[in-house]
Amino acid sequence: MLKINNLHVKLEEEDKQILKGLSLEVPAGEVHAIMGPNGSGKSTLSYVLSGRDGYEVTEGEASLDGEDLLDMDPEVRAAAGLFLAFQYPVEIPGVGNMTFLRTAVNAQRKARGEAELTAGEFLKEVRAKAAELQISPEMLKRPVNVGFSGGEKKRNEILQMAMLSPRMCIMDETDSGLDVDAMRLVSEGVNALRSPDRSFLVITHYQRLLDHIKPDVVHIMSNGRIIKSGGPDLALEVEHNGYGDLLAEAD
Amino acid sequence: MTGTTDLDVREGVDRETVETVQNMGSYKYGWNTEIEMEYAPKGVNEDIVRLISEKNGEPEWMTDWRLEAYRRWITMTEPKWAMLNYPEIDYQDQYYYARPASMQEKPKSLDEVDPKLLATYEKLGIPLKEQMILAGVEGAENAPAEGRKVAVDAVFDSVSVGTTFKDELAKAGVIFCSISEAIRDHPELVKKYLGTVVPATDNYFATLNSAVFSDGSFVYIPEGVTCPMELSTYFRINAENTGQFERTLIVAEKGSSVSYLEGCTAPKRDIAQLHAAVVEIVVLEDAEVKYSTVQNWFPGDEDGKGGIYNFVTKRADCRGARSKIMWTQVETGSAITWKYPSCILRGEESQGEFYSIAIANNWQQADTGTKMVHLGKNTKSRIVSKGISAGQAQNTYRGLVSMHPRATNSRNYTQCDSLLIGDKCGAHTVPYIEVKNTSSRVEHEATTSKVDDDQLFYCRSRGMDEEEAVALVVNGFCREVLQALPMEFAMEAQALVAISLEGSVG
Repeated sequence: MLKINNLHVKLEEEDKQILKGLSLEVPAGEVHAIMGPNGSGKSTLSYVLSGRDGYEVTEGEASLDGEDLLDMDPEVRAAAGLFLAFQYPVEIPGVGNMTFLRTAVNAQRKARGEAELTAGEFLKEVRAKAAELQISPEMLKRPVNVGFSGGEKKRNEILQMAMLSPRMCIMDETDSGLDVDAMRLVSEGVNALRSPDRSFLVITHYQRLLDHIKPDVVHIMSNGRIIKSGGPDLALEVEHNGYGDLLAEAD
Repeated sequence: MTGTTDLDVREGVDRETVETVQNMGSYKYGWNTEIEMEYAPKGVNEDIVRLISEKNGEPEWMTDWRLEAYRRWITMTEPKWAMLNYPEIDYQDQYYYARPASMQEKPKSLDEVDPKLLATYEKLGIPLKEQMILAGVEGAENAPAEGRKVAVDAVFDSVSVGTTFKDELAKAGVIFCSISEAIRDHPELVKKYLGTVVPATDNYFATLNSAVFSDGSFVYIPEGVTCPMELSTYFRINAENTGQFERTLIVAEKGSSVSYLEGCTAPKRDIAQLHAAVVEIVVLEDAEVKYSTVQNWFPGDEDGKGGIYNFVTKRADCRGARSKIMWTQVETGSAITWKYPSCILRGEESQGEFYSIAIANNWQQADTGTKMVHLGKNTKSRIVSKGISAGQAQNTYRGLVSMHPRATNSRNYTQCDSLLIGDKCGAHTVPYIEVKNTSSRVEHEATTSKVDDDQLFYCRSRGMDEEEAVALVVNGFCREVLQALPMEFAMEAQALVAISLEGSVG
C-alpha cells in the first residue's frame, strides 16, 4: 500500500535536513506504529506524505499503490485515498462542520468520477457515524473545530476519516491531549475502520494508545530515520526502558 | 433557485459554489447584447436634461426640478476624499440616455418584443414567466407563475423595460413601477417624497443623478400592508460609453413592511463606464424595509482595464417611531465603488442595520461603509462589515456613527473585519464616531486577518482544490452577512464570492 524509500527532506526556508533516508513499507490491512523521541521527524513525515508546503524532498520516493505521491497536490492525494488525522486540527470560523464534511466528501467523489451524495444520503451516513463516536448533532452544526475541546477535535478527525473512507490513514499523535474516555472512543473508532484493504500509520509518543489500537509492526524513528522495527513488544520495551538503549544501539 | 427545501439550501450551498466556480469564466455576465439603440447626443447640458425629461413624458415641475439640479451641479466639484485612484472622468464624453429602439412603443405581445431583449433576460437567468412580463408584454400576468413570486422591474440602460406582477401587487394596494411611470401616474406621491431623503443638492454624484436620472423603480406600500412578495429591480448596463443614472424611491407607510432586492450586471468593456445612482427610502411609524443588493457590475479585467465606476448615494430616513431599515449589500463588482448606504434614525426607538460584504480583487478599489445618524431617543444601530481584498486591490471601510444631543440612550455596535488574500492588497478601516450626549453607547470592533495557509492545507488534505478551499474559508468569514440575505440571494451571493476570488491564490 504505502512505500517510502530512502526519503530525504529538508525545510524549504532554511537549510535544515529533517528526514535523512527514511524507508518504510505498510502493506494493505496492516497497522504500523511509529514511535520516537521529540524532534525525530515524525510530524514532518506525516506532513510530507500529505503534501503540505514548506518542505523540499531532496532524495528518495514515496508511493501509494505504486503511484508517486510526492508529485500530487494534497487534494489529489486525498482523492487517491490518503488521509492525515492532524495533531492540531485547524479551526475554520463560520463554516459548519457538516458543510465542511459534505464539501470534502463530494469533492473526493467528484475527483474519482463518482456520483455526489445527495443531502439525504449524506445526512443519514454522517448521523450514524457521528453517533458511534458520540458526536452530538449540535457539534455537527458548529463551525469546524471552533471552540471544540481537545477530545472533540480528535473525535472529529476520526469522524472525517470514517466519512472519507481512505485506504491509507496517517494519525499524527492522535492520542495527545486525550483523557482515558476520549482515548477509548477514538481507538474504538479506528478499530471499527480496520479492514483487509485499509492500512494505518499511527504516530505516537506513548505506548498507551497501542494498548487500544494493536499494531502489527512498530518502528522506532530517530534523527530522520527508522532505526529499528519489530513487533508490538518493541513498544513495550520503549515504555519500560526509554529510547536510550535503542539510540545507543543505532549509533 | 425556487422550490428547494431548507435542507437542500443549507447543505447544498457549498456544492453549488464549487460547481459555479468550476463551470464559469471569471465574469459570467460579460457578454453584450447587439441591439439597436436610440441615443441622446453625447455630453450633458440643459438641452440633454430637457430631452431626458421629454422622453419620459414628464410634467413641467419635474423638468424644472432636474434643471435646478443641473444648474447646481455645474457649480460643484467632484469629491476626492475617498481612498480611490482613477483617471479624471470626462463628463462630456458619456451618453446620458440610451434605450432599445424597440422600446419606443410598448410591445403588445411576445411576438412583438425584440427577441434579443428576451434572450438577454433568459441569459441572465430570469424565469420565463417573468421574462415575458419583463419584456413589456401586456396580459402575461395571467399566465400561471412558477415557484415563488418575485416581482421584478428591469432597467436596461436608461429605461425600465417592464415590471412584473403589477396587478397582483395592486390588489394589495402596493405600487411597484418604474419611476418614470410613477412621475406620470402618481405625481402627488413622487412630489411629496422625491428628494426629501437625498436632496438634489446632496453631493456631486447625487446632484448629477437628480439632473439626468433616466429611470429606476418606485415602491409605495400603504399603511398596514405587508408586501405579498419580494420586490426586485434588475439593472443592466449594456450600451457602450453610457452612464446609468437610476433613481429608486421607496415609501413604507405606517405599519407596513417590504423586502426589496437589487441586482446589477454589465458587459465586459475596455473603457470604464459611469454609474451614479440614488436610492431614497422613507420609513414611517412601525414600518420595516429590508433592502438587499448584489452588485456585480463588470469589475474590469485582470490588468485593471475597463469596469464600472460606481458612485452611489443610498439613504433611508426612519421618520416614524419604531421604524426599521436593514441594508444588506454584497459588493463584488465595479472597478471603483463609492457607496455608503445610510440610516437617519429620526423616529424614537427606530433601528438601522447595515450588513456588508465588499470584495475587491485584481485592481478593484472599494471605499464603502455606512452612516448611522442617531437623532431620536433610544435608537439602535448595528454595523457588520466584511471586507475581502485580493490581488492588488484596495478595500476601505468608511463609516460614521453619530449620536446627536437628543438621541439619548442610543446604542451602536460596529464590527468591522478585513480579510487579506496575498500580499499585494490592502485593507483600511476609517471609522468616524461622534457622540454628543452622555447616555448613549458606541462599540467598535475591528479585525484584520489573512487567509491562513493552515486552513487552506486542512481543506485540501480533505480533498478540496485550492479554489474550493478559498471559497469555503471566505464564505465562512462572510457568514453573518450572507445569513442576513433573503434565501434566493444568499445562494447567488455565495457563488459570487467564489467567482470574484478566482485566481486570487496560487
